Amino acid sequence: MFPLQSMTIDELIEQFESLEDWEEQCDYLIDIGFDLPKLPDEHKIEPNKVHGCQSNVWLVANTSDGDSPVVEIQAESDAMIVNGLIAVLLAAYSGRTPQEILDTDIKAIFARLGLDRHLSPARRNGLFGMVKKIRSIAEQAA
Amino acid sequence: MSSTTSQQTIDVARVRQDFPIFSRPLPNGADLVFLDNASSAQKPQQVIQKEVDCYERYYANAHRGIYQFGVAIDEELEGSRAKVQRFISAAEPEEIIFTSGTTMSINLVAYGWGRKFVKPDDEILINEMEHHANLVPWQQLAKETGAKLNFIPLTDDYRLDLSQLDDVLTKRTKIVALTSMSNVVGTINDVSHVAARAKSAGAITVVDAAQSAARSATNVQSTGVDFLAFSGHKIYGPTGVGVLYGRRERLEEMDPFLTGGGMIDRVFRDHSTWAELPAKFEAGTPQIAQAIALGAAIDYVSSCGMNAIQTHEVQLLKHATASLAEVLGLKIYGPDQSHKGAIVSFTVDGAHPQDIASLVDRKGVAVRQGHHCTMPLHDLMGVSSTVRASFGMYNSEADVDVLVDALHYARKRLRLT
Ligand SMILES: Cc1ncc(COP(=O)(O)O)c(C=O)c1O
Repeated sequence: MFPLQSMTIDELIEQFESLEDWEEQCDYLIDIGFDLPKLPDEHKIEPNKVHGCQSNVWLVANTSDGDSPVVEIQAESDAMIVNGLIAVLLAAYSGRTPQEILDTDIKAIFARLGLDRHLSPARRNGLFGMVKKIRSIAEQAA
Repeated sequence: MSSTTSQQTIDVARVRQDFPIFSRPLPNGADLVFLDNASSAQKPQQVIQKEVDCYERYYANAHRGIYQFGVAIDEELEGSRAKVQRFISAAEPEEIIFTSGTTMSINLVAYGWGRKFVKPDDEILINEMEHHANLVPWQQLAKETGAKLNFIPLTDDYRLDLSQLDDVLTKRTKIVALTSMSNVVGTINDVSHVAARAKSAGAITVVDAAQSAARSATNVQSTGVDFLAFSGHKIYGPTGVGVLYGRRERLEEMDPFLTGGGMIDRVFRDHSTWAELPAKFEAGTPQIAQAIALGAAIDYVSSCGMNAIQTHEVQLLKHATASLAEVLGLKIYGPDQSHKGAIVSFTVDGAHPQDIASLVDRKGVAVRQGHHCTMPLHDLMGVSSTVRASFGMYNSEADVDVLVDALHYARKRLRLT
């Protein structure tokens, strides 16, 4: 497996599709969850919490300076499968321009990963809570 | 379970044959190990068939038909009410109100009795182990009437600290609401003692029996409670139906909550008078088929014997408590076994309850994770969520062993050593 930061969402989807079943895919989520860079403790504060998640999720974003600024996202959960889902979101969103983020069809990505079928409604809510937070950051930066 | 005589013990293998859900493996080939009974229990064939029979053989609306055909439905429905009456040892069938469930039953008391009798500066006594269904309605009542909420303190092991009852039960207390068994830590509360103390303070007692009704015998007269609520779906019966027991005196003095058809005596252009009990509290078309099938659920557990079910679950709890102790970093919340029923909530160091529940699911083990509708209790426990394994009459020690193996597997998968 390559280091996560360098993995694009297409590579991640390809990896996912090569796996046998949801159990293996879920194992894969756990593994990329373990590889997710840890969020420094000072960021694990109430204002950075994502609402709608059953576990704790903290998410921070920085928009770079310059002519075409990109949004760098860092996030972490206390649940490991959720960390895997965060890794998916980072592959889809992090390092993109605000407009690219707003143009991303995340539902199509989730569908290709089978997340729309395999996640419980509560988990899906949590996932879309994160999507909402990322999109609102992009809207402010756009 | 054709015999109606109570048995001393539960023959799990035989009981499981009554529950169609256990006759098929899960899609991944594993056998279902169902440990989410505190949330809702599975249904025996006898209950399912009763509801089917109702629709196939004698269904009509209740209490309305003069036609011969409509007689059977009323007989069945009122027969079911009488079964509930005997099941909880109520004095008369009119004290049994069919509702949609525990939540509805408690709200009915909070609205019908509470809004009428609770005045500003009165007090409502609750505690932090309650399910939100026996907490939020009282918060709302307090807010709307200007009454004050008081709390019976909990001990360090999450029991009611009755040594402090005198401090919180006052002359102003109008309502004492408590659960007979915690849906999270399994604590069994001394309802008789609290009801007696409430009575001498001039307060009424409302009991949330959602958990205990399926796990031990209920006696509303010997415990001296004023109201008691439970749900059909947790005692192996249908969803959509529940019970509110109220002492006749209380039901007579309180106002209806829902109004409309079926609950009136006479409707004039500008006002109405109410029907006799229990119709006064059963506005609209009742949960006919579900209430009838609830009677079948009561027959079912009664034929197994509530004492036998209790003994069986105590045995399971003992085995679970000992076996779970083998899992590294596992912490069970709640009192020791002598003060609780077969509901075990726990955390595993270094693992989120959500991950644990997802991973044991691979082995066919259905457990719940989250706050289990008890956020204040989880605040006290200092965790936002726990894993809960709750047992029922069809669970076996083998189910406990599968859970324990699955937990070892989950720990390994989460790289805990
Ligand atoms: C102790 C307790 N009270 C109340 C309820 C609510 O029951 P229902 O959802 O059937 O109304 C539950 C079930 O979740 C419970 O465990």
